[in-house]
Amino acid sequence: MRFSIDKARGGALAMVAAVALTVAGCSSDGSSEGSSGGSSTGSDGGGGGDANLAITFLPKNLGNAYFDTSDAGGEKAIMEFGGTYEEVGPAEAGPDAQVSYINTLTQQGVGGIVVSANDPAAICDALNEARDTGVKVVTFDSDTNPECRDLFINQATADGIAKVEVDMIAEQIGDEGQIAILSATANATNQNAWIEIMKTELADSHPNIELVDVVYGDDDDQTSFDKTAALLQTYPDLKGIISPTTVGISAAARYLSTSDYKGKVALTGLGTPNQMREYVEDGTVTEFALWNPADLGYLAAYAAKALVEGEITGAEGDSFEAGDLGSYDVGADGTVLLGDPYRFNADNIGDFDF
Amino acid sequence: MSSATLAPPTERTYRDFQRPWWKRVLLTREMAVLGALVVVIAYASATVRNFGAPITYTYLFLDIATILLIALPMTLIVITGEIDLSVASVVGLSSVLAGTLHQAGLPFALAALLAIVAGAVAGAVNGFLVTVVGLPSLAVTIGTLALFRGLAVGILGTTAITDFPESWRDLATSKIPGTPLPSVVILIVVLALVFAWLLHLTPFGRGIFAIGQSKEAAHFSGVRVERTKLILFVLSGAVAALAGIFYTLRYGSARGDNATGLELSVVAAVLLGGVSIFGGRGAIHGPIAGALLIGVMASALRLASVTSDVINVITGTLLILSVVTPSLLAWGQSRRARRRGRMKGEASAPADADPRTAPSS
Repeated sequence: MRFSIDKARGGALAMVAAVALTVAGCSSDGSSEGSSGGSSTGSDGGGGGDANLAITFLPKNLGNAYFDTSDAGGEKAIMEFGGTYEEVGPAEAGPDAQVSYINTLTQQGVGGIVVSANDPAAICDALNEARDTGVKVVTFDSDTNPECRDLFINQATADGIAKVEVDMIAEQIGDEGQIAILSATANATNQNAWIEIMKTELADSHPNIELVDVVYGDDDDQTSFDKTAALLQTYPDLKGIISPTTVGISAAARYLSTSDYKGKVALTGLGTPNQMREYVEDGTVTEFALWNPADLGYLAAYAAKALVEGEITGAEGDSFEAGDLGSYDVGADGTVLLGDPYRFNADNIGDFDF
Repeated sequence: MSSATLAPPTERTYRDFQRPWWKRVLLTREMAVLGALVVVIAYASATVRNFGAPITYTYLFLDIATILLIALPMTLIVITGEIDLSVASVVGLSSVLAGTLHQAGLPFALAALLAIVAGAVAGAVNGFLVTVVGLPSLAVTIGTLALFRGLAVGILGTTAITDFPESWRDLATSKIPGTPLPSVVILIVVLALVFAWLLHLTPFGRGIFAIGQSKEAAHFSGVRVERTKLILFVLSGAVAALAGIFYTLRYGSARGDNATGLELSVVAAVLLGGVSIFGGRGAIHGPIAGALLIGVMASALRLASVTSDVINVITGTLLILSVVTPSLLAWGQSRRARRRGRMKGEASAPADADPRTAPSS
């Protein structure tokens, strides 16, 4: 008989352990539950007429420096207009991973969801269910299909990106001389579109700059590094390199910083501050561009507020105020453009961490 | 003690059957998990805002349907002492195949059927390598995990196929009329009954337990070990592919990286449900309760605004506890048995013969 007693005790023990764990998990978050409970009272008390400014950011995944920056921008905006900020998200960026979070937010009755989509289609149904219950949906950084959201905050247009890169290289080499482009893969849609616009821009506005070559580093660090070395040997008179890819620009900067060309050959393009910090500080790179994710999150939060308050519906031509960033218009397909790319240089790079 | 390492840790003896039937049914690890599930649901309904709403269960079943489906054949495989880690890749492959074939002009039903056949073939590849070539299933299915995922991503690249017939998509997300439960629950229940019958009520199922206890003994008792395993791997592949069809329809998106990492959730549910990773022990309702428990906890914690990292930590800890507890209990029992043996002045032979004297490490 001792066997059965022991087994019973074993089962009970396992159960107690499991329950204890769960209780600990739930109760440890009692405080934040309280705050989110408070925030959703706005949706419950519909008679009050107050807009439900509980706005939740749902990045592609948590623990990603880029989204930490953008969501911090969103939090700043939400603090300014007195809403409730929250950030939830999956640990890893799988195509379906955001769906259960969107469902949860629908149940909690938040006012707005600001989401960067891992997959343009997979989260569509969940977002539309949320919108059916009155939740406003703003996408940023990475859009869903247009019918699944109210607004998309676009960080930059192809024209804007191409133009800022040409402008920067022209400023850095004195608007004349040979330049080359170090791109990603030969069939990368984004990069190829930008390169075409850059060629037009160079031909139209910068006749003294000669684009001698476009090489492809395949978005691989070592390949990009080798291609940079080859470029500099093939074209001894090269004065500048544009690399419209974050992998390419950091590999090229690493090569330049340890070579004789440091400071003689200009390098610019699209990069992130954390990658490029040491090369800006040691003088290899003067200036490079990207958008400012903090501004992107800030604008997305204000767009969500304007939607929640009914100030705009997301139709083309709507206009809303976005705090420090000023006034924005809604373009075609419910898209709002953040603006020109942001230039990072020695003066401002210390303000960013992503 | 050397004899203990040879004996499977949970061999059933006649002593198990001396107890009344209700004790045998109720005092099991499956029931412990079911009990925990009931307690968690009750606690969450009482304390977590919005958890009690019927819609919670709609989302819950939609979220864990894939895991539940795949866990059924996985339970049988783990009971034989093998494992199939390639299931999530088969989900991805079947998703991509159904999408590509449908895009090429086939009716969706036919595309889905072909994808399920492909899943069965993928399972047969695993089964062939494990039974005929004689490789360990852990190594084989880690290999095919990469292989099938590679094929899936290779076929579609980074693009996605998203135009599926509305009628099929609605079927995947519709509810059983009058209940909050999604229609896929019907599929799960039917398959669960089939697998329960197969495992618990047929000679084939007794063979599965026998293989898990001792492959050699099963072989000499007339169980066709290799054939049984091969059938199980084929079933696993086919069900995983079926789950892939549901997954594709539910999200409306066929992508090569669909369901990446899902195999670990399935194995977690199976182990949490009381199936021994060493084989020979388990019951079909355990993994179902295990999957539900993981799903309910994740759902409740999300509603309570707990971050995903914390949810993973809690689920992981629970899993480790559930795997470690039987070994700890067995160790405690053997110690107690030995002490009692010494007190009575008897030889310690009965304690050593106790097959539950599992190695404690």
